Amino acid sequence: MALSPDWPRISALGFDGFLVSFGEHLTEAANRAALAFRDALERESWPSARESSASLVSAYLRFDPLRQGHAEIRALLQDLLARQDWYQAPLPRGRRLWHVPAVFGDTAAPQLGEAAAAAGFTPQEAIASLTERPVRIQTIGFAPGQPYLGELAPEWDIPRQTELTRQIPAGALAVAIRQLVLFPMPTPTGWRHVAQTAFQLFRPLGQDPFLLRPGDEIRFEPLEEQALPRLQQDPDGGARFEVIR
Amino acid sequence: MAELIVNSATPGVSLQDAGRAGFLAQGVSRGGAADTLALAEGAALLGQDPCCAALEMAGAGGLFEASEDLRIALTGAPMQASIEGTPLVWNASHLLPRGTRLKIGGCTRGSYGYLHIGGGIETEQQLGSRSSHAGAGLGQILQPGTRLPAGPDQGTKTTGLRLQPEERFDGGTLNILRGPQTCLFSPEQIAGFESALFRRDRRGNRMGAGLTSDQVDLGSAKGLKVLSEVIVPGDVQITGDGTPFVLLSDCQTMGGYPRIGTVLPSDLPKVAQARPGAAFRFHFVTLEEAAEIEARAAARRAELPKALRPLIRDPGTISDLLAYQLISGMTAGDDLERNRS
Repeated sequence: MALSPDWPRISALGFDGFLVSFGEHLTEAANRAALAFRDALERESWPSARESSASLVSAYLRFDPLRQGHAEIRALLQDLLARQDWYQAPLPRGRRLWHVPAVFGDTAAPQLGEAAAAAGFTPQEAIASLTERPVRIQTIGFAPGQPYLGELAPEWDIPRQTELTRQIPAGALAVAIRQLVLFPMPTPTGWRHVAQTAFQLFRPLGQDPFLLRPGDEIRFEPLEEQALPRLQQDPDGGARFEVIR
Repeated sequence: MAELIVNSATPGVSLQDAGRAGFLAQGVSRGGAADTLALAEGAALLGQDPCCAALEMAGAGGLFEASEDLRIALTGAPMQASIEGTPLVWNASHLLPRGTRLKIGGCTRGSYGYLHIGGGIETEQQLGSRSSHAGAGLGQILQPGTRLPAGPDQGTKTTGLRLQPEERFDGGTLNILRGPQTCLFSPEQIAGFESALFRRDRRGNRMGAGLTSDQVDLGSAKGLKVLSEVIVPGDVQITGDGTPFVLLSDCQTMGGYPRIGTVLPSDLPKVAQARPGAAFRFHFVTLEEAAEIEARAAARRAELPKALRPLIRDPGTISDLLAYQLISGMTAGDDLERNRS
């Protein structure tokens, strides 16, 4: 995707932030641009910069406008945008490919059948579709350490449920709108619970509280339900990673 | 080491400081005190750093005790407070003698009161902050018997000082900036939003506060289809029923409701402190105007230490002498009643 007249777009987001958006809809290119641009922001050393983050299609910078004015930061953002075609940018360096064991369906993940049916798959086809290749962490947010993964095959463009599931357990993998979410803590949700992992994504008391980074990839490895109690002995739930070169 | 002992606390009591920066990208919002000005006022009263952690009390406080003599300050929403039955003036610093009981009851105005101690509360930090963040499961859990360690008290060493707090407990005008999604609303809706009178409704906690108005319909068909995007404290989300919800410090990091704009940081204490029924109006400002408003607010905070006054003044200049406290910042509290009878 080339630079269009409308995108990327820089907007003030509150008094102390700017949002640099790369598209109106989630596309691979817009997500790649957001991740790469946020990574570039992290490597700049603007004196007023406080922190940055990336959503599905945007990078956010929080700064102290009383230290460096809005016009100055906007100009710096424009310069950084002009430095390259961000839609073609390589993903951040040091990304990792995670292998995460998951139990699909059965009592551990009761909504595999209905999610598969909504996508027009048999449960076996659904498992194959969700595990045959890695999915990218498009963003982390909403709750601490919670990844949004995608983009799934077009068949998975299924809506969220209108009725919320009262409490989805920690480690649950759920699907909707061509994305997967892996839940770090129990929560009500409209996403359908298709698999269960024992991967603890947020460890507030740990040395490294957050295991995943935006841009990392995850490949889910299907396991029999009997394996779950053993996986639950290990905070990593059997997950392991290699650095992507 | 001196400790503040929590003998009892209402569920709305939590430890808060300026919040944790640097974890937005991992899904953890900054959090921190709902009324950051009250943190600055407490720090000024005790002559210490505004980053010190304090107890935030939503609606009501609890019963507390000091293991050693402690300097304390009370700020934010005024609450009924007393030491061993002797009423305390709010927006002031006091001595809490070792072993005496501090009782903090319900608030008389506003929503969030703050109890500060000399040296600040120095529990162990989690992700660089002592703030409780319920949604993230972060922060010290308070229960009867919890002992909160005080940091070394290197402040002004004095008590018996007071501050005139900035007015922020009864609603008012909120300055708001346009944002990336303001264009999802029609010019008529934006004009209506700016002219309507809103009232704080019953929806509200540390994540945000709801407002309602029957003078404008902010429902946006375009807005229902927006992609989840970065959200920040101050954002005015328009929820499915067309009513605004102003995000506060514990808001999530991403959200899918359309946002008409973002309230300036210096106006957020008004939103947090308002009670149901408080009246609000919104006023759009430019970035340049916002910078002037925020610079003035920052200057007022920096000047707080100069605005301190002693609790005891020359009786000749005090018109409401009998309502005033006369000794060590304490009064029997029933002087007025006794005088009348």
